[in-house]
Amino acid sequence: MVKGSLTMDQQVVSPETTTTRSVVEDPKITSGDVSVFYGAKQALFDVNLDIPRYAVTSLIGPSGCGKSTYLRCINRMNDTIPIARVTGEIKIDDQDIYDPDLDVVELRARVGMVFQKPNPFPKSIFENVAYGPRIHGLAKGKTDLEELVTTSLERAGLWDEVKDRINEPGTGLSGGQQQRLCIARAIATKPDIILMDEPCSALDPIATAKVEELMMELREKYTIVIVTHSMAQAQRVSQKTAFFHIGYMVEYGDTKQIFEDPQDKRTQDYIFGRFG
Amino acid sequence: MLSYLLLALLAVTIAAYFAGYSKARAFATGASDGSQHSLSGYHGAYVAAWAGIPSFLLVLLWLLFQGPVVDSLLVSSLPPDRVEGLDVGQLNLLVSEIKSVAKGNIFSEPDAVVLAAAERYNAWNAIANWAMVACALALAVGALFIARSKLAPRFRARNQVERITSALMIVCSLIAIFTTIGIVVSLLYETLRFFSMVSPLQFFFGLNWEPQIAMREDQVTSGGAFGAIPVYVGTLLIAFIAMLVATPIGLFSAVYLTEYASDGVRAVVKPLLEILAGIPTVVYGFFAVLTVAPAMRQFGELLGFSIAPNSALAAGAVMGIMLIPFISSLSDDALAAVPQSLRDGSYGLGATKGETITKVLLPAALPGIMGGILLAVSRAIGETMIVVMAAGIIAALTLNPFEPVTTVTVQIVTLLIGDTEFDNPKTLAAFALGLVLFLVTLCLNVIALSIVRKYREQYD
Repeated sequence: MVKGSLTMDQQVVSPETTTTRSVVEDPKITSGDVSVFYGAKQALFDVNLDIPRYAVTSLIGPSGCGKSTYLRCINRMNDTIPIARVTGEIKIDDQDIYDPDLDVVELRARVGMVFQKPNPFPKSIFENVAYGPRIHGLAKGKTDLEELVTTSLERAGLWDEVKDRINEPGTGLSGGQQQRLCIARAIATKPDIILMDEPCSALDPIATAKVEELMMELREKYTIVIVTHSMAQAQRVSQKTAFFHIGYMVEYGDTKQIFEDPQDKRTQDYIFGRFG
Repeated sequence: MLSYLLLALLAVTIAAYFAGYSKARAFATGASDGSQHSLSGYHGAYVAAWAGIPSFLLVLLWLLFQGPVVDSLLVSSLPPDRVEGLDVGQLNLLVSEIKSVAKGNIFSEPDAVVLAAAERYNAWNAIANWAMVACALALAVGALFIARSKLAPRFRARNQVERITSALMIVCSLIAIFTTIGIVVSLLYETLRFFSMVSPLQFFFGLNWEPQIAMREDQVTSGGAFGAIPVYVGTLLIAFIAMLVATPIGLFSAVYLTEYASDGVRAVVKPLLEILAGIPTVVYGFFAVLTVAPAMRQFGELLGFSIAPNSALAAGAVMGIMLIPFISSLSDDALAAVPQSLRDGSYGLGATKGETITKVLLPAALPGIMGGILLAVSRAIGETMIVVMAAGIIAALTLNPFEPVTTVTVQIVTLLIGDTEFDNPKTLAAFALGLVLFLVTLCLNVIALSIVRKYREQYD
């Protein structure tokens, strides 16, 4: 719900204005006028956003601002909600992902996703990581699969902690370990983009630090888009930051610039703690 | 008489509530500093409980013992020369004659002793009834005043009422437990009597079930008549056929309803499916015998093999239809309880709907699904009506679903219908069958519960 002070701001700055100060060279993901409707209600308005490859891009903003909705457009997770409708255009490597000919299963194998609450399957650690490779036939034979699981767990920084209990249930791990297991599970399908929807909001500070460290390592091989409520986290891990507000992408630029010198009044208010 | 007494007790209880309530109100308004421990309603409930419960229990106990006490008084009052030389059965006959005379049902001219005894019987009963009324009312009113006199601002009426309530709940659960124990004990007792006449070896391993033969005096323990194997094989065969029908249909309709159906379809189909559970089994029975069995017979003739008019297949198939809602409803609940986050996780990895269902949702919902299946198995084993009507009563040892078979429950029914003698193995066999059936369903229930408990909350 919109608070009184926000309505005032809207009168000062038209909500449609978007401030984009950095042109992204050779973007991994481009979005043109992306709008999302849940039934009759519009949740996202004409978002234009170019996301660079091999970098972490943060989406920040108050609750209900549309940042998660936008994130779920990138791997078409909104398709699983019957009343959701997406218009506009999103391209990954210049390929339109809303093209009717595109197989959404292949898309989601290429675009991994990590959720807010760790959601390991009620299976063993090994089976959790092997799930994606199995359904996509990525491993030829047992040794191949074991190797893929091992490397994925290693990349997620979890291998040393779980190598002795790889056949125990994934649900028995601690929250932070579960979240890294989910990251390993996403990595195992060999994606080139990883989407993270508030991956640390259910974790304690130590587990959060580990996941953040992991993000910074993964940046070298993957394009990462993260939704976060923690502005400190956005500053620590991301190179680009986009600020969303009640369905509009308000301001986008280098993380340093967004946090030190925001141009839009709404961004300033949010970042300097006047709302949200 | 009794109903007036109960109404009077209820009135005293209600009055007791207001007596306690008003007294508590009085000191609640007197001491407005909040020093009163419990709300006035609790004081009222405390007095009401003391007035109502003990007097009600007294009435129950009185009713329980009045009959036997009056009977024994009656027997001891009979002239010794009339009672002498009578065995227990004849004495009982005499007592019931006296009682029926006392009620006014006089068929032939009763002798003077009986008439006098009937008069005494009526008089004693009247005395006992009035005494009960007086005692119960006195107890209720006395308890009311004692309980009311205990009330004080710091009296912990709330805790007392809490204790009384929990005691009531314990009593309620004990009734269920004692009923079960009672059933088991009576089954066990009659079963032991049965096994004193027929060897357990024959019962458990015999292949021939013909209890009707044993009716004839000269063949009471004739060999091979009480072999229960054909009956249990028939039960398992029909239950197996029923589960073969019910499990896939129930499971798939649950998957369809939770994962594929739109809200509109679900709102229509789910209640329709659950209507199946509300159809009386006797209706399923004649559906099986009048519709399904002839259709199967004709179909079998088309294919060139014969299906008996009473076949295990018809009964099992219709029973399977009956069991669909058990499985679909419980599986539906289990699938719906799997967190959305697991579906998202699977879709997010690029799994299709089918892969998500088979690899994530069904394993996660397995405990609930197993619970539903085992519940349905218990129902299938215990089901009687459909089998009586559609599968027959001949105990043939066969695994051929086109042949008539019989089940444990059907045999129990046929053994106990009509004139029964409780010193005859034919009748007692019903108890042995019932006990084994009870143990089997009990084991299934225990297994079902332990499966559900073991795997529950694994995904939380």
